[in-house]
Amino acid sequence: MFPSAFDYVAAHSVREAVAAKAEGGDDTRFLAGGQSLLPMMKTRLANPAKLVDINRVPALDTIERANGHLRVGALVRHADIARSDLPFGVIAAAAPWISDPLVRNRGTLCGAVAHCDPEGDWNSVLLATGADVIATGPSGERAIPIADFIVDFFTNALHVDEMVTEVRIPIPVGRVGGSYQKLERKIGDYATVAVAAHIELADNGTISRAGIALTAVAPKNTKVPAAEAVLVGNAPSDVLFAEAGELAAQASQPRSDVRGSAEWKRNVVRVFTRRALAAAVVGANES
Amino acid sequence: MTVTEKPATPIEIGGIGHSVKRHEDDRLVAGKGNFLDDHTLPGMLHMAILRSPVPHARINSIDTSAAEALDGVVAVVTGELLAQYDLAWMPTMSGDTQAVLATDKVRFQGQEVAAVVATDPYVAEDALELIEVDYDLLPAITSPQQALADGAVLIRDEKEGQTSNLVYEWESGDAAATEAAFARADRVVTLETHYPRSHPAPLETCGCIADVDGTTGQATIYLTSQAPHAIRTVFAMVAGLPEQNIRIISPDLGGGFGNKVPVYPGYVVATAASLVIGRPVKWIESRTENLISTGFARDYHMKGDLALSNEGRILALRVQMLSDQGAFYADAQPTKFRAGLFHVVTGSYDFPAAHVACRGAYTNKAPGGVAYRCSFRITEASFLIERLVQTAAYELGIDPADIRFRNFIQPEQMPYETPTGFVYDSGDYPTALRKALDAVGYEDLRAEQARARADGRLMGIGIAHFTEAVGAGPSKQYDILGLKMIDSAELRVHPTGKAILKLGVKSQGQGHETTFAQIVASELGIPVTNIKVMEGDTDNTPYGLGTYASRSTPVAGAATAVVARKLADKAKKIAAHLLEAADADIELENGNFFVRGTPAQSVTIQDVALAAYTNLPDGMEYGLEGVHYYDPPNLTYPYGSYVVVVDVDPETGVWKVRRMVALDDCGVRINPMIVEGQIHGGLTEGFAKSSMQWITFDDDGNCIGSNFMDYLIPTAWETPKFELLETCVPSPHHPIGAKGVGESATVGSPAAYVNAVIDAIAHLGVRNIDMPLLPDRVWSAIQAAGVAEG
Amino acid sequence: MDITVTINGQDHTHDVEPRTLLVDFVRTKAALTGTHIGCDTTSCGACTVLLDGVPVKSCTVLAVQADGASIMTVEGLKDADGAHPIQAAFKEEHGLQCGFCTPGMMLVGHALLEQNANPSDDDVRWAISGNLCRCTGYMNIVKAIRAAGAMATT
Repeated sequence: MFPSAFDYVAAHSVREAVAAKAEGGDDTRFLAGGQSLLPMMKTRLANPAKLVDINRVPALDTIERANGHLRVGALVRHADIARSDLPFGVIAAAAPWISDPLVRNRGTLCGAVAHCDPEGDWNSVLLATGADVIATGPSGERAIPIADFIVDFFTNALHVDEMVTEVRIPIPVGRVGGSYQKLERKIGDYATVAVAAHIELADNGTISRAGIALTAVAPKNTKVPAAEAVLVGNAPSDVLFAEAGELAAQASQPRSDVRGSAEWKRNVVRVFTRRALAAAVVGANES
Repeated sequence: MTVTEKPATPIEIGGIGHSVKRHEDDRLVAGKGNFLDDHTLPGMLHMAILRSPVPHARINSIDTSAAEALDGVVAVVTGELLAQYDLAWMPTMSGDTQAVLATDKVRFQGQEVAAVVATDPYVAEDALELIEVDYDLLPAITSPQQALADGAVLIRDEKEGQTSNLVYEWESGDAAATEAAFARADRVVTLETHYPRSHPAPLETCGCIADVDGTTGQATIYLTSQAPHAIRTVFAMVAGLPEQNIRIISPDLGGGFGNKVPVYPGYVVATAASLVIGRPVKWIESRTENLISTGFARDYHMKGDLALSNEGRILALRVQMLSDQGAFYADAQPTKFRAGLFHVVTGSYDFPAAHVACRGAYTNKAPGGVAYRCSFRITEASFLIERLVQTAAYELGIDPADIRFRNFIQPEQMPYETPTGFVYDSGDYPTALRKALDAVGYEDLRAEQARARADGRLMGIGIAHFTEAVGAGPSKQYDILGLKMIDSAELRVHPTGKAILKLGVKSQGQGHETTFAQIVASELGIPVTNIKVMEGDTDNTPYGLGTYASRSTPVAGAATAVVARKLADKAKKIAAHLLEAADADIELENGNFFVRGTPAQSVTIQDVALAAYTNLPDGMEYGLEGVHYYDPPNLTYPYGSYVVVVDVDPETGVWKVRRMVALDDCGVRINPMIVEGQIHGGLTEGFAKSSMQWITFDDDGNCIGSNFMDYLIPTAWETPKFELLETCVPSPHHPIGAKGVGESATVGSPAAYVNAVIDAIAHLGVRNIDMPLLPDRVWSAIQAAGVAEG
Repeated sequence: MDITVTINGQDHTHDVEPRTLLVDFVRTKAALTGTHIGCDTTSCGACTVLLDGVPVKSCTVLAVQADGASIMTVEGLKDADGAHPIQAAFKEEHGLQCGFCTPGMMLVGHALLEQNANPSDDDVRWAISGNLCRCTGYMNIVKAIRAAGAMATT
């Protein structure tokens, strides 16, 4: 299977990339890792008129800790994150479970974030950690909280002339732990159900901050504030985690499909939330 | 022969029993394989096929004008055009007809509707989007039960006399004796299960390059075929081409597993296009085309009843089977047997009566019914009996191993005639199962299981003991489209003592270039590295029905041994001449001919080969070559005992294989390394089918499983690690005692995995979960049993 | 567009459409057919090549993206001294049957051994989990890659 014909621009700066996108409009797509876009083009589910390839833009491949944030540039590949010592908690936990090893060598976090596939993993991780997406347009950049960035099923909050240049994840100061519990049928499969959990512990051992987000059980990746709220201020316990799991299950809106019934998926959310929190607290205590 | 016995030939000769490294590997690891898509012919065009997006619809019109106008498009072919050459329909291997390109209706999603021939494959695909087809939608039938219900829409309305969606009815065994046994039974145990639709999905898809010369009439067709000779004959019948002008070349195959047995519409269209256009035409399936239109497997709905005594002795078996055939009955199987060899369903057990009643139905799904790494529906049969016996064990409160020991056919009963007419050639089932159980530590595992249950953990031990019937087959019973299922070998020994062996079968990765050379090495003592094996070119190899149903070793392997023995007989006469001795006194061992009792006085096979062309006894014909067509006296019956240990997460239904112990007895092993490789592969496919790999359809008839994102092939990460064991009871009727092994593990292992998961939750009352055992199905079964934890 | 891709140390310059997939460039323009195509969905890894040393699925990279890059295919494993250790090990350990996935498996194995000459069984299984094999059940592929590592370190 082969893509339809398209025009191709290899941008050498963000400015050039954004200008090319602005000129092309909705029919123009950015090409970073291409691991979701190119398969869609080969099967002709996507037929863009123009691709703006950003792979030759310098300095976008930076992953660093700066100003209290973990900064992940638009050309940082999943494998770079998995290999790096810089990520913490749920970010480090999720990175090895993105797709398969070869796709991880090519695909990017920012590209996956912009794709807004509800079965994608990174948006849950960013929701759990409270990240910002940096969008750059002709008039400069703006930070979009991830919860606002994810609009709907395959829909983000970018303007037509904006590209994602970076994701910024706040680095917690105290003890932090995280876990990404993913049920996939095989390596390379999208999540059937996954739960991202992020926990920060206060000096007295209580939970000072909690982030929980769900993958593949709603039209978009879903944060669960109700479950987070019952955790904060309390000491970690199995009872507490079970309660959070129940709230997460209630917040999920899974659909029955070939992978399993809605009832089962909701149950997996319940179980995985509990397990993810327990693992996150273990991680926090070891951090 | 026992397995510890050393190979009869020294390693320098490398005959039977040596793990000779494969001859084919040098080119394959160098990236110099010779696969179909690697071929480019001068002036070659590229073909792409337009397929139906809907499962059932009447075609009002097809407008190809915009596609024809696209730059680079050479021709657009429709069914209407093919009909002018009487090629719009073709015969199937089960005596039905199949549309090549749809003219009246489309009958499954993915059916071939039109084809574009262009200068570039990208352009050919562009042109497909420009073809306009106007459909009137019809209701889609997605199950055989629906198909046979009153008032179901008729799928094959073009067939004269076809008044329902019933394809066939077929039975085997003795109904009256079976009913009588059920009437006497203490207990009756029943299992209903669906063996879901699957697809062989070799990593290389199907394809062809048709190169028809309109002037000479010569048609050279490069084709991904496991059965090139049979394909040539079918092509002659379908296309009306003189058979001497058809040359099928089947190059290196990237796997086959049954997928590359039939003739597919794409081959016919490409050939017709090449004939009309006068240039070579290449067609390579995409993965989606492969999965949605070619050679599905399984899709059997089965109900089995066992009549038992209170002591767990099986008295009789009754089976009702309903097969989902798709839109055209295109099973690749012997003519006489409408449900393949499914009637081997009595398995490894000794009981007097059985009755098997089979029906098939047309549905709006792809046709094919190929034996996916299986000897004609034996996989389904083996699965049913092994699941049924396991169910009986739980119902009667007998250990699942014990119930098998109580019912096994005993070694001294061999050869054993089953109630459905198979004559098992040899085997020692109790020894095999005992050995597998000991290896896995069965009694300890049962003790662990009891402790685990007390702790709320779930673990299970699954057993399957399968018996296969392979190597079809004796000409009295086995033919496909009238062609007897013989196979052949042609052996030539050159003057320098090197040899070429030509075969009618065709390797898809099984290592024929090595193993068949080993047979010759054993028989004649020619070093295995001096023997070239050639297959796949019908102009240059003798006739045969091909490689599927584990028949290469049982049939072509036997032909190879026999032709080598014919040559050995002549060689002995030549040796006698050279040694000035009597013919009858000459013995042959490891390539040395000597006079009985005086081994010092000898000549080598190389000396004899030279003499065959230079120095013969008076009156003898020059040369050292021959051909043999082998008609097997019986099938061969490999068997095995598999034991799987699984851990099940009671909270999610996720299960993991802890151990997989597989004992196989395939008779004499020609190349133990290759045999083990075959078993590894089969155990993996069994795991795939039991856990994730299936094709299903939604209620509207849309295929789910149309690419590798939905049709799941396990990776190295999910695939269990295997522990292999063996016993060796040779086949008494095969010239080298071999039975065939390529499919054993695919046939035997699914029941072992499923039995293991069921065993983990059997104490909750669960008796069946249909494959694949997706976590949600396992979890739901636990929930339904009402004792969920967590 | 005119592009130049260095494949196994040799420059290949051709005029291609932007939509030309790297795998087609390698197979058709450079006529190196050891790199295979097994699916359309970036699932199987039969098309694996090393792009600037990193294993990628060449069916999911545009040829124009590889302009100026260095590609290694299976044909590049063999050097003047004969078979590469990983090729020798695949034959020795029966790490292939039909041979269709083999080029991809060997390249991924090669890249793994560059990072870790002594990988565990699970390290290898993890590394090759983006590549499908239908014949071997992976057992002997894992053995072959580990054996190649052992060969190189001894």
